[in-house]
Amino acid sequence: MTLEARHVLEFPGGYTRTTGPVIGRFLTELRDGRLVGVRTAGGRTLVPPLEYDPGTGDAVTGEFVEVGPAGTVESWSWVHAPRAGHPLDRPFAWALIRLDGADTSLVHAVDAGDVKAMRPGLRVRPRWRAERTGQITDIESFVPEVTKIVSPVRTEYVLKPGLALARFLEGVAAGVFVGCRCGSCHKVYVPYRLSCPECGIAITEEVEVPDTGTITTFAINNLPDPRAPEVPFVSAYVLLDGSDVPMITLVGGVAAHEVRQGMRVRAVWVPEEERTASMANIKWFAPTGEPDAEL
Amino acid sequence: MGNPCAVIGIGQTHYTTKRRDVSIAGLVREAALRALQDAGLTWKDIDAVVIGKAPDLFEGVMMPEAYLADALGAAGKPMMRVHTAGSVGGSTALVGASLIQGGVHDRVLVVAFEKQSESNATWALSTHLPFSASLVVGAGGYFAPHIREYIRRSGAPEHIGHLVAVKDRRNALKNPYAHLRIPGIDRKMVESTPMLWEPIRYLDTCPSSDGACAMVLAAGDKLTGSTPAWVLGTAMRSEPIFRAGRDTVNPQGGKDCAADVYRQAGITDPRREIDVAEVYVPFSWYEPMWLENLGFAAEGEGWKLTESGATALDGDIPWNASGGVLSSNPIGASGLIRFAEAALQVRGMAGEHQVDGARRALGHAYGGGAQFFAMWMVGSDRP
Repeated sequence: MTLEARHVLEFPGGYTRTTGPVIGRFLTELRDGRLVGVRTAGGRTLVPPLEYDPGTGDAVTGEFVEVGPAGTVESWSWVHAPRAGHPLDRPFAWALIRLDGADTSLVHAVDAGDVKAMRPGLRVRPRWRAERTGQITDIESFVPEVTKIVSPVRTEYVLKPGLALARFLEGVAAGVFVGCRCGSCHKVYVPYRLSCPECGIAITEEVEVPDTGTITTFAINNLPDPRAPEVPFVSAYVLLDGSDVPMITLVGGVAAHEVRQGMRVRAVWVPEEERTASMANIKWFAPTGEPDAEL
Repeated sequence: MGNPCAVIGIGQTHYTTKRRDVSIAGLVREAALRALQDAGLTWKDIDAVVIGKAPDLFEGVMMPEAYLADALGAAGKPMMRVHTAGSVGGSTALVGASLIQGGVHDRVLVVAFEKQSESNATWALSTHLPFSASLVVGAGGYFAPHIREYIRRSGAPEHIGHLVAVKDRRNALKNPYAHLRIPGIDRKMVESTPMLWEPIRYLDTCPSSDGACAMVLAAGDKLTGSTPAWVLGTAMRSEPIFRAGRDTVNPQGGKDCAADVYRQAGITDPRREIDVAEVYVPFSWYEPMWLENLGFAAEGEGWKLTESGATALDGDIPWNASGGVLSSNPIGASGLIRFAEAALQVRGMAGEHQVDGARRALGHAYGGGAQFFAMWMVGSDRP
């Protein structure tokens, strides 16, 4: 048989601690929102103050100097799961903080948000409680200095396709590729455009090209993209039959590693009822099964 | 080519993933102050400032030249911004040089930077505008097909890219400013990293860096500081990205740009007459591709030069002795770093990665869809 009883020993109202003049001054200043240290005879500034210099055993001087409020983290330990008695209810660091102007360091909590933000040398400042009573907890915690801000930049445009692109998309809506032929160099451009990038002259002749072509080269992409159905996916340059410039497009209906340079492909169109004036009408290009073309 | 122009001061920041301790203004100033110190000058000695960076979407700062004028001592002076995509660092130096060659100014400060950690470059390069269905994901997604085509045409074995990935990172260990430091890197390590955009593996790509680079350029009769690097030739070219018959593997713009800069510098055989080259290689395979484009090797033969070790620090034509873009990539600054490293080499000031006796060096940058090119030749002898 195990006998067990719970017993609490707690002095009613709590013990008092008479501070003495040195610690009392520190706590009084703290209540006023200031941090002070005390000078030793050897000229060191102790923060938090001690009544007797641990180096010599002599009493410290009566000279108090303001320090901080900023300081530098010297060392730290991350608390993943705070306990009831901890100063914060979220993960935080216990840190040794050397306040500016001090020769010793102070233990306090750092509310850094993320363990990755902690490092020796991190600059921190106190976050004061609004109601202060002259306790070390008058500082709720230390927080990192501001070193970075987030600057949202957003521009919203209304885009209208120009004459040439509108004509091309009109064709795509109807399930055909509209291109054009330069009257000077006779090269055929798809999409349709109004001037020749080689000759610099206006183009007036419109041509339709078939939706079959040849893969000239391609990349197998292993990085996911919302517009690709899966990873890996193939983005390829497809030279449409009768065109002189390749277009970049998704290749599907074939395993990525079976795609070849020279492979013959055909556009796979979405069902007619789903079509809009957009390149989204072409699901991808899929192999036709014809023999590869010579490149 | 106009009046003589020389590089008399160079300043770089230590390239790293995140410079948390400085603003963009603090970053560019750090590089600029080091360049001024190298030249033995102060802000008041500078007549004009030219600044370059890549797209505004990278940091979300519009017209950074206005914001950065104070940081670069440019209040009351001419200041302009250059933007030619990834080649911008090179173009920035060339615009600065042209102000001196044209006799407009005596001393020009050129600065380029990127603080990539303020956002994400792949996001900024993949804006997915309406009506198009572009499936290009970042720079790697764009360049991978062109690398595949290079491999098909040249018959290069697949390990060539890995050789460059290793060589440039080994060089980086000798450059105190380099970002990536991978002691013990070898082919096996590169080949064990994930395939991102086949045929590009993780270690075949450049890092994302924060950093700035600056140079002080001076007219021939306004030299200060120690040894100058003389500008022997400058050239820029561009070409439309969608042009029928455009060769994306060996772009005409690059060939024309190289021919122009070689003509000005009197170079007829680049492999023999150039001592060291700093060439924009953000993906490892671009070394053999640019070896051909820049005339160091015949078409289809560039990979053999890489494989032979000719481009290593102890080879007969070292490429990217500094570790190159593969080791440090503050995008907007990357071109200017190439130009500055070329100048450091002919000044004999490249430290541990100095190529002995370098007298003529090529600085190169490219950008966009391999459609913007900027190059200069610098030398130790006054032209």
